[in-house]
Amino acid sequence: MAEKQKMIKVYLTGELFEVPEGSTIMMALEYAGFQLKQGVGCREGYCGACATVYREKGDYKLKGGLACQTVVSEGMAITQIPSVPAEKPIYDLNDLTPDVGTFTKLFPSVFRCVSCNSCTKACPQDIEVMDYIQAIIRGDLAKAADISFDCIRCGLCAMRCPAEIVQYNNATLARRLYGKYLAKKSPELEKRLEEIKSGKYDKEIKELKEMPHDELSKIYYKREIKIS
Amino acid sequence: MYPEYMQESIKKVEKTRPKRLEIARKYGKKVFDAMGEKEREDVLNTYHPDYKADALKELRIGPNKGEKLINEVVNILEAYPRNLSATFDLSKVDYETDVLVIGAGSAGLSAALEAARLDVKTMLVTKLRLGDSNSMMAQGGIQAADQEDDNPRLHYLDVIGGGHFDNKPELVEALVMDGPKSIKWLEELGVMFDKKEDGSMMVKPGGGTCRNRMHSTRDYTGAGICRVLRDEVQNKPDKIDILEYTAATELIMDDKGQVAGAILYHIELKEYFIVKAKSVIMATGGFGRLHIRNFETTNHYGATADGLVMGYRAGANLLFMDSVQYHPTGAVFPEQIVGFLCTEKIRGLGAQPVNYDGELFVFPLEPRDVEASAFICECENGRGVTTPSGLKGIWLDSPLIEELSGEGTIEKNLPAMLRQFQRFDIDIRKYPMLVYPTLHYQNGGLEINEKTETSIPGLYVAGESSGGVHGRNRLMGNSQLDIIVFGRRSGIFAAKRVKKGVQLGKLTLEHVDNYAKEVEKLGIDKSQVSPMILPDYIPDHVKAKQLTTNYYGTLF
Repeated sequence: MAEKQKMIKVYLTGELFEVPEGSTIMMALEYAGFQLKQGVGCREGYCGACATVYREKGDYKLKGGLACQTVVSEGMAITQIPSVPAEKPIYDLNDLTPDVGTFTKLFPSVFRCVSCNSCTKACPQDIEVMDYIQAIIRGDLAKAADISFDCIRCGLCAMRCPAEIVQYNNATLARRLYGKYLAKKSPELEKRLEEIKSGKYDKEIKELKEMPHDELSKIYYKREIKIS
Repeated sequence: MYPEYMQESIKKVEKTRPKRLEIARKYGKKVFDAMGEKEREDVLNTYHPDYKADALKELRIGPNKGEKLINEVVNILEAYPRNLSATFDLSKVDYETDVLVIGAGSAGLSAALEAARLDVKTMLVTKLRLGDSNSMMAQGGIQAADQEDDNPRLHYLDVIGGGHFDNKPELVEALVMDGPKSIKWLEELGVMFDKKEDGSMMVKPGGGTCRNRMHSTRDYTGAGICRVLRDEVQNKPDKIDILEYTAATELIMDDKGQVAGAILYHIELKEYFIVKAKSVIMATGGFGRLHIRNFETTNHYGATADGLVMGYRAGANLLFMDSVQYHPTGAVFPEQIVGFLCTEKIRGLGAQPVNYDGELFVFPLEPRDVEASAFICECENGRGVTTPSGLKGIWLDSPLIEELSGEGTIEKNLPAMLRQFQRFDIDIRKYPMLVYPTLHYQNGGLEINEKTETSIPGLYVAGESSGGVHGRNRLMGNSQLDIIVFGRRSGIFAAKRVKKGVQLGKLTLEHVDNYAKEVEKLGIDKSQVSPMILPDYIPDHVKAKQLTTNYYGTLF
């Protein structure tokens, strides 16, 4: 951030600080002097550690976002939510079936959904959260897995849900069931596994391992590049 | 949105686009001649940051004494430890376990799962949350030679050629031969790979691959894998003990020269704990947050190379710590996302790097060090674009992707990228992305063999903290494979060692005491303390007034 920054006032967990305009919430917290330990992770929008709620000046709405991705504004009031209390049932994927019955047993609360869409509005990834919850209720796990794919498990959906559903844990299970049981198997993968097991490549790998540098380099630069 | 003055260059990019599109339609990905050996050498020697005269300095302590390593790495190795014998009563042990895994990215998670499968008592510790890691942030893909026109031999050639033939052959063998098996393992755990209608894998090329070998889960490949492993670890509370917000700060040895546990530090409670373990797996990741040569980084907040320091003090050897991977495409605009990763998959899908004038100047899929050097060359010779804060970059012409593969391709294949730029009002379907190399990966690390063993009995290393797999330059998609292959191997071999029977002797921190004396002999300033644990981004004028600034080695 350049030296002669315009400063703005923000409330960090209720306390007033001046921070440079254009900062993300995370930059603002650090500028104020906080060494972050919770509520910080990848800092690039992939890990969901930095869920944050905030109100902008003059707006009654309580909004949610990722601290590393949300830019502060004058008068913004900010509170981080480093952890969301959530039910996480223990299961062995091998014992489960990819259907709605599994959710009846493990996540009965999912059926309490009142279709209010609060979860969707809370999602910083703009995922149609309510739609995937409804897909789970219908037993359409393929759809639930697809819609929820970009979930980073920040937990903001679960914090806003009046039916107290933990959406992201449902989504994790839906995707795992899809990946394991419903996705079509790759024929070429099975074939290659057989070939490796039978020792088909052992000899040529051994040759490469023992090859002098010059020869190996020659083969490398001459190898045919077939990409598309 | 891009400022007005950049529009001139953007217009030039748009003007050359139809011509470049035509070339791409005609020649596929081969839109520019790939460099030969001599050309690669030239561009690396002149422009790669590692090859600068002042990039390295001599290390004066430990097993690699006398070697020239990256400056910032030497600084953390020639630093004082916090935990000496005098301050710890090692007879009072807080935890006992068979296998201790330090770090909970995909390598650590895989290790814990395999150790637990072999029914040994397993403890997983992480200084942040379970899954917090560079693994979670990987975007583009994971390599595995499972396609009809591909094979492990070609994968081997790509890995070792990309690594400048410095890689340890037995590690490359393990990596490529375990590739397909790893994909299968992940799929059985429920990872959703991108597939075609018939179930076959959707594969793309990466920099330095001679075949389409990149498997993906959209552009959330790291998360697609890591969140499944995390869920699986959480499903085994009876077998895996988890400690979060707990950093390891030093390894504990026994009087027989074996690794025997670790000193742990809870970063919120500010409390130390002693864990005794029969085998220890170091899966602590890389060094991006050291901001080598002041580069911005794509790395996780916790990527501070703690494992290197702990392992080195215990006597383990380092490999290739004279090399750093700069990812060619880090964002340089907007300001809020400077240094963030723009996945190589963008080029895998057909986007071309072009300069200020909209000219394509390099084969888009060279190995990363070569590609990055070519970008730096453009910028240092006045053919880059300058941002409002004075950074330089070249364009990654993303709109080409949809011209080539149809509308919706970006939303389907690069949702994270699209979202990242949309947050700052840039639509990458319509406008190119401004990029410059960013500090991305630790090519080297603690030396391992194919069983992930180090020279120290009982110490195993997996993932980015290990050295030897990738030589001096890793290819895209091979770290995701590395952490699964060697993460699992470390769990298996560490558990097997325990099962064969490990008798621990008397616990000691003597190696740390001795190391501290060596550091003192070098006349190092007392303020130099490591491991770093977390980086510090508090501005100097605030830092100067904080209590912790005035005591050496305090942790937050």
